[in-house]
Amino acid sequence: MQTENYTIRKASLEKLFNNLVEKGKTVYAPKAKGKVVLFENVERFDEITEDYIVTTNSAKSVVFPRVEEVFSYKKTKEKTEISDASANSFPDVVLWGSRPCDAAAFIPLTNTFNRDYTDIIYNKRFEKILILTFSCSKCDEYCFCTSVNSGTGNTAGSDILFTKLSTGDFLAEVITEKGKLLVEENSSLFEAKPAESKEQNLANVKTYFNHEEVQSKLQNLFENPVWDEKSRACLGCGSCAFVCPVCSCFDIQDESHGGNGSRLRCWDSCGFSLFTLHTSGHNPRETQGARWRQRILHKFLYMPDQSKVAGCVGCGRCSRACPADINILDTVTSL
Amino acid sequence: MNELIKKAAELLESNVVQIVIGYGKGSAERTRTIFITEASGCDQLIFDSRCIQNLAVYLTKAEIKKLGKPAIVAPVPVLRSILQLASENQLTEDGLVVLGVTPESTLIEFESFAAIETYLASHKIEIDEKYQKIIEGIKSMPVEERFAYWVKELEPCFKCYACRAACPLCYCTRCTVENNQPQWIKSASHPLGNLEWHVMRAMHHAGRCTDCDACYEACPMGIPIHLLTKSMLQDVTENFGPYGPSLNKDNTLSSFKPEDKESFIK
Amino acid sequence: MSNPNIYIPYLMRIEKIILEAPGVKTFRLKFENEQEADEFNFKAGQFGEYSIVGVGESTFCIASSPTRKGYIECTFRQTGRVTNALASAEEGDVIGFRGPYGNTFPLDDWKGKSLLFIAGGIALPPMRCVIWNALDLRENFKDITIVYGAKSVADLVYKNELEEWGNRLDVKLITTVDPGGETPGWKGEVGFVPSVLEKAAPSAENTIAIVCGPPIMIKFTFPVLEKLGFTDDNIYTTLENRMKCGFGKCGRCNVGEKYVCLDGPVFTNVQLKELPAEY
Repeated sequence: MQTENYTIRKASLEKLFNNLVEKGKTVYAPKAKGKVVLFENVERFDEITEDYIVTTNSAKSVVFPRVEEVFSYKKTKEKTEISDASANSFPDVVLWGSRPCDAAAFIPLTNTFNRDYTDIIYNKRFEKILILTFSCSKCDEYCFCTSVNSGTGNTAGSDILFTKLSTGDFLAEVITEKGKLLVEENSSLFEAKPAESKEQNLANVKTYFNHEEVQSKLQNLFENPVWDEKSRACLGCGSCAFVCPVCSCFDIQDESHGGNGSRLRCWDSCGFSLFTLHTSGHNPRETQGARWRQRILHKFLYMPDQSKVAGCVGCGRCSRACPADINILDTVTSL
Repeated sequence: MNELIKKAAELLESNVVQIVIGYGKGSAERTRTIFITEASGCDQLIFDSRCIQNLAVYLTKAEIKKLGKPAIVAPVPVLRSILQLASENQLTEDGLVVLGVTPESTLIEFESFAAIETYLASHKIEIDEKYQKIIEGIKSMPVEERFAYWVKELEPCFKCYACRAACPLCYCTRCTVENNQPQWIKSASHPLGNLEWHVMRAMHHAGRCTDCDACYEACPMGIPIHLLTKSMLQDVTENFGPYGPSLNKDNTLSSFKPEDKESFIK
Repeated sequence: MSNPNIYIPYLMRIEKIILEAPGVKTFRLKFENEQEADEFNFKAGQFGEYSIVGVGESTFCIASSPTRKGYIECTFRQTGRVTNALASAEEGDVIGFRGPYGNTFPLDDWKGKSLLFIAGGIALPPMRCVIWNALDLRENFKDITIVYGAKSVADLVYKNELEEWGNRLDVKLITTVDPGGETPGWKGEVGFVPSVLEKAAPSAENTIAIVCGPPIMIKFTFPVLEKLGFTDDNIYTTLENRMKCGFGKCGRCNVGEKYVCLDGPVFTNVQLKELPAEY
């Protein structure tokens, strides 16, 4: 559909939020918690913070939660009964305050869960979300969205993109049918589009590299000392994969309590040493360097090549969160 | 600082060590661990109040050990970890060179672990008053309230194990959570799974933790998990006397004395 | 899969358990649900995720041939949490099965050719499927040779079937055990599979070689095949990576741009050489 532009006044934005909460939607918005800003379920507009470049964690748990029950069961000696969790109802969720990089990340995430085989639980959650993104007026040295074909005003993946204007009011770009429906339901809050342009209110993120060039360089860098060098300080935790809005590796775990229990899909990370360990004891990725290489190659070569989607949206969360300060931009630019 | 850089370069030049582990410039305002193999690279070394990572964690890593004998830049928290690791037989005296550094960036050369222990005698582990107050506040809650407090605090935890990865004393090649025969700790990051992990980790550190706060600094979600380890530290001190890393005394919880109190059995 | 939720397993009843070797069992499984049994279809080379519901899942190939309807079989060694739980199951118990996943041995492409099967130890199960499939369509192929070895006589799996294959006039079977693994009555070869293969020197002409075994066996077998004149596009193998989901999403079996569970586990040597050495 053709993007529709409106103005929404500051006060109306708050009214919009309140309308959503009143309608029973579960709203996830950035909330300040000590030294971090997390997407949390909020019910009052004043709980939302505007003081963030990106949130500490990503918003992917609205469609890909940390722990997802895929089925529950009841087991006796004679019979095993399985209850399909996809038959559950999933809540209407509004993601308020995602950044353009966060919204863009839903594209590869949805691709992963729909290519080859379809994960209907993911899709059921995805159907129920409304993504209301706020463009970036600030950025920092961790951001590199413009190097990965995204940007501070990118509309990809959003239902509505809000840009704060110099007047304090917002430009609302309505991208999808879902977004259009929201505007129709709250039509009194949306006014004619503003005269001011979007571009003058967007942060300028420096372009550090050309994605296609990096993709082609990586084809020949498998055996290269850069992997060991850049990952020497890596501690092998899962922080980078877990804060990343695109990373979707998971584990399947059964949990039982007597004769009842469930099968769960839980987050996992290729950075963990046991990720590819064979029962025989052989580990194809024995060193942390091999695992760091896998992360970079998967994001910047394999995913774009195979699935034609971005493996990285340039949000910089991984570098911000890394306890050892391993910086993904640093590795990519040093290739 | 210059002394430190000079000494590090000397050690590499003379091949006494093959690698220097220290702090260098990181992203934005942060510092990061750097591994220097050439004497000329030593001028990348820095030291100031931003240097909070506990470098001792790298001393037990197989891939770092392969690089050769290290010299390690060691402020007090790192010195404590080195001594604790030594007392747990994870380090040998001739296996590394310790380049102690004061908050003013002055170099202190340590000839032996005993020398480190002597130095640390005047830098005893002391839990900061602000934390003492917080811990007191939590301990004064009735059990149900305390349980609810921790379930809520641990809610953002997604089991990245950064706390484990950054802790120098978590050097087990196969952590308890990585064993599934039997599966002692659930691997999923739901409330019970989170609680099981953090409580178990604190328990495994009872009598060993040197209060370096690396676990808290590593946590990407800013969860104050160091309150658990500090509280454990307090409990051990109250019951068995003050402890600290030492080569001369057995670890508190791995030695029995008839006079040990058992006040925790109620 | 009959259920659109790709994580839900079929429920299978264990019809028969055979103890193949110390710690190695074969299960014959029947679908609990008749309709699922009728609709189920698979091809040689595919695998599944077998589970004790409540304990976990484990990846094994489907070891029976698709020409035999009404049941599927799997063979596994007791090594970890799930396989130990499976090994404690009894005939009549219900287990879970998700599948079939993966690609297949292109038997249709091999019509009119000779087949050389080379397997070692616990790697015979993935081959057994395609061996029986070929034997059930015997007229489609010229010579069929099977070279199979294990550490010792006790470790040979499918002992009854080995006897059956050995007795067939339209199959050449060479069994071997590692030096020291022979028993007094052992009539087969003694030696490692690669050297026994070299001695037997089967012709490479119009022949497809299918190899499956522990990495060390593969490492020494490929040069022998090369020496015998086999080209990379005529050598097939199955990779046994760590797999979890089976449908290309969990990330574990990602090697280069391929997923072993989607683009494999059957690979030609040409494809194998294109993969980064991470398997």
